[in-house]
Amino acid sequence: MKESTAKYYELLHEIQQVDFALVELNLYLNTHPMDQQAIMQFNELVQRSQMLKKNFESMYGTMRNFGESFSPTPWSWSNTPWPWQV
Amino acid sequence: MNTFRKTYKPFIGPFDPCPPMKVKSYETPPQLYMGFQPYNLPQFPNLQTALKHGTLWPALFAPYENPYRKGGA
Amino acid sequence: MWYYEKKLQYPVRVSKCDVQMAKFLTEQYGGADGELAAALRYLNQRYTVPDKIIGVLNDIGTEELAHLEMIATMVYKLTKDATPDDLKKAGLGAHYANHDKALYFENAGGVPFTATYFTAKGDPIADLYEDIAAEEKARSTYQWLINMTDDTDLIDSLTFLREREIIHSQRFLECVEILKEERDRKKIF
Repeated sequence: MKESTAKYYELLHEIQQVDFALVELNLYLNTHPMDQQAIMQFNELVQRSQMLKKNFESMYGTMRNFGESFSPTPWSWSNTPWPWQV
Repeated sequence: MNTFRKTYKPFIGPFDPCPPMKVKSYETPPQLYMGFQPYNLPQFPNLQTALKHGTLWPALFAPYENPYRKGGA
Repeated sequence: MWYYEKKLQYPVRVSKCDVQMAKFLTEQYGGADGELAAALRYLNQRYTVPDKIIGVLNDIGTEELAHLEMIATMVYKLTKDATPDDLKKAGLGAHYANHDKALYFENAGGVPFTATYFTAKGDPIADLYEDIAAEEKARSTYQWLINMTDDTDLIDSLTFLREREIIHSQRFLECVEILKEERDRKKIF
């Protein structure tokens, strides 16, 4: 099962790191909307997150639903593993 | 630096049925002290460390350990 | 609306086959101070709070859904390979009789989830104070859960979730300051 390879977990973990910082900065900016430095950091991380997910999806299938990601053929969104299974 | 765990010595009654816990503790995490978060707080050195700690900012990180375990309060 | 992403916010590893811990963890799934109550509380309050703090309620409510999923993952992993006998020994016999291994929104004592666990007062200060208290209560529950296990991987995930309560509490405290409208007047920045 290719999903359980070390590479899968490594790439997923990298996405979790970047996206966590995005959640954290998002919450911070909600109460600090004028912090330009934090906004810059946020935007840089958005770009990094998108790149990482594009790469991840090219190897392991669609990660985001409802049109947030392009689909390969065949449709891969509904494939395992789901987050609670890994 | 504020401490995130406080301890106190509860009253021990002469007729308490169980061996007394001489010291009890409770947590006083960093958000109780910070006020409005200042701009440009130092961040953890990398995102891996930030995720591991559950926050970007060391000033808002509070370690927690089981106080009933040996070495705890 | 929401989009789903196939990842947990933080990796959940459970290394010890401690089925009884699944029962205790359910407190954060369907308990009064659990993640479901938190998510529903904030996502419901957001409609009627002042515009300046809607974003905070919306986004923390959304993050709570990700935490709910992490708790569910722990419970799922701990029960998926348990026999009815294992469940009985872990105090989950009554749960099994009613639900097999399906997750159910109940607290650790098996009391079903109820909307009365949270409120919406319509007064922004009253609602924010409830939210701050909710975060501190959830933080405590995580402490009590950590105190009941020696599975270092599970403790790692629970410690992450506990820290998130601290951050959320910080943001809600800031919301109170924003609503007081004192900060610009005093020129703190």
